[in-house]
Amino acid sequence: MAKRIDVSGLNAYYSNFLAIEDISMTVEPRSVTAFIGPSGCGKSTFLRTLNRMHEVTPGGRVEGKVMLDDENLYGAGIDPVAVRREVGMVFQRPNPFPTMSIYDNVAAGLRLAGKYKKSELDGIVEKSLKGANLWNEVKDRLNKPGSGLSGGQQQRLCIARAIAVEPKVLLMDEPCSALDPISTLAIEDLIGELKEQFTIVIVTHNMQQAARVSDRTAFFNLAAVGQPGKLIEIDDTERIFSNPSVQATEDYISGRFG
Amino acid sequence: MSHATVTPKSANSLHGARLPKWFPWAVAAASVALGLGISTVAGLDSSIQWALIASLLFIVGSYAVAAAVEGKRQAKDRTATSLVWVAFLMAVIPLASLIWETVKQGVKVLDGFFLTHSMGVVADQEPGGGIYHAVLGTLEQVGIAALISVPLGILTAIYLVEYGRGKLAQAVTFFVDVMTGIPSIVAGLFILSLWIIMLDMGYSGFAGSLALCILMIPIVVRSTEEMLKLVPNELREASLALGIPKWRTILKVVLPTSIGGIVNGVMLAIARITGETAPVLLLVWGTSTINANPFDGPQASLPMYIYLQYSNGSEAAYDRAWAAALTLIAFIMILNLAARGIARWKAPKTGR
Repeated sequence: MAKRIDVSGLNAYYSNFLAIEDISMTVEPRSVTAFIGPSGCGKSTFLRTLNRMHEVTPGGRVEGKVMLDDENLYGAGIDPVAVRREVGMVFQRPNPFPTMSIYDNVAAGLRLAGKYKKSELDGIVEKSLKGANLWNEVKDRLNKPGSGLSGGQQQRLCIARAIAVEPKVLLMDEPCSALDPISTLAIEDLIGELKEQFTIVIVTHNMQQAARVSDRTAFFNLAAVGQPGKLIEIDDTERIFSNPSVQATEDYISGRFG
Repeated sequence: MSHATVTPKSANSLHGARLPKWFPWAVAAASVALGLGISTVAGLDSSIQWALIASLLFIVGSYAVAAAVEGKRQAKDRTATSLVWVAFLMAVIPLASLIWETVKQGVKVLDGFFLTHSMGVVADQEPGGGIYHAVLGTLEQVGIAALISVPLGILTAIYLVEYGRGKLAQAVTFFVDVMTGIPSIVAGLFILSLWIIMLDMGYSGFAGSLALCILMIPIVVRSTEEMLKLVPNELREASLALGIPKWRTILKVVLPTSIGGIVNGVMLAIARITGETAPVLLLVWGTSTINANPFDGPQASLPMYIYLQYSNGSEAAYDRAWAAALTLIAFIMILNLAARGIARWKAPKTGR
C-alpha cells in the first residue's frame, strides 16, 4: 500500500525567488524519513512539493520530477486533488475544523471528497481514531467539538483525519513542535506504528526526535539568507548521526553550526 | 536574619496611598451638583450646558484629588478612565434619549389597528388610519433587494478572497469601494433614469429595490470579505491536503466557519437599507392605499410614510409619523437581535 517517492532535479519557487534548488532523493516505502536543517532552508517547502500543496501558496511553482511509484506528480494531466488523496499531510499546528465535531473531523476527508459508503463511515472513524491512539480518550464524546481537545489530542485528531482517507504517504511538518513532551512521545510512538502501513516523511527541528523515529535522515542547508536551500546529504539515520559524509552535517548535528 | 530586616522595608515601598472605591462616584456626584449649581446661578437653562460643566469638573476634580493623594501617575491613570467614561456617556445619552422620545411619542397611536390598516380614505389631518401599506411595501422592497444583493454580494466576496488575483480583483475591489460611497439619492437617480425614463417601466416597489441593491451590495461584499479573511489559512490547507476540492473546501469549511459573521453583516446591511428614504421617494412614488404587488404601480414604505406624515403637519399626522418611526426602529432592532442570535448560535464551538 505504501508507495516510494523518487524526486529528481526539483526546483521550487515563490514567484521569482528560488527557494530550493536541484533536489534529488528517494524516500523508501514503509519507513520514516526525517528532514533536518536550519530554519528557512526549504524543508517545509520541499515537503509541500511532495503533495502539490506548494502551489496553493500564491506565486508558488515547481520544476522537476516527483515520481510516486511510476507516476510523475507534476506530469501533464495530473489532478492535484487526486495527488493529495494519495499523499496526506499533518501540519505544524493542530488545525481541526472548528465547526465540526470530533467524528465529523475524522470523517471530513471522506465526506467532502464524496467517496464513501455511509455504512462504512462509523468503522473508518473508529479505525482511524484507534490508529491515532485517540479512540479511548474520545470514544464517549465523538459528537463534541474537536477544538475542545487538548493540543496533543488535537494533533492526534489531525493525524486520524489524515489517515482516514487511507493515503499512501503521510507528510508531517514539525508535528510535535507545538506540543509538550508527553504528547510528543505519544505522537512519536504513533509514527512508529504508522510506518508499518505508510511511507512517512517528517520535518523536525528536534535532532533527538529525528534520531528516535526515523530510518533515514536528510540534511538540508542554505549557503546564506536569500540563497536557495539545498539537500546536503541523505543517508541512514544511524550514519548521519554517527559518521556523516559531509562536514556541514556533522557541524549542524553537534551544534557547531553558524 | 537578613530577610527579617529587609522584608518590611520592601513591603513598605510597594505600599502607596489608595483612594477608596467610591471615590469616582463621589467626584461624579459632586461635579453634577456643582454643575447644576453654577448653571442656576449663571441663569443657564440648557441641560447640555450644565452637563458639559459637570463633565469638565469631573475630569479636573478626579485628577486634582488623585494627584494630591495618590501621586501623579495614578492621577493620569484616573484621568484616562474618566475621559473614557465621559466619552461613553456622551455617545450613549443622545441614543438613549432618541429611543426614549420615539417610544414616548410613538406609543400614542401604535396599536393593532394602526398596524393592520392603511391610510385608505382617511384624510391626512384626521386621526385614525395606519401603516399596513407602508410595512407591506418596506418588507417587499427590502426583501427583494436582499434576495438580489445577498447572493451577489457573498459570491463577489468569495471571488475576491478565495480566487481573485491580479487586475480583475483589484478593479472589483476598487469599484466596491466606490459603490460604498454612493449617496442614496444618486443610486435613486441612476435607477430613475435607467429603469423609469429610458426603459419606460413606471413607478414600482421593484424599481426601489433595484436602487436599494446598489446600496446594499457593497456593504454585503465588504462585511463578507472581512469575515472570510478571518478564517485561518491553516483550515483551507488542512482541507485541501485531505484531497478535498477547492469549491467544497469553501462550501464546507470556509463558509461554515465564518457564517455567523456573514449573517451578521447581511442583517446590518438590511437594517441600513430599510431606513433609506431618498431612492424610495424617487422610484416608488408612494400611495396611501394597499398595493401588495411590488412590480406594478406605486407602493408605500415606512421611511417615506414618516416623511409624508411629517410634511403634512397636523397633530394626528405627527402622531402617526412617530408611531411609524417607532415601528421602523423596532423592526431594525429585531433584525439586529436576530443577527446576534444567529452569530452566537453558529459561532465555532470551543466547549468540551
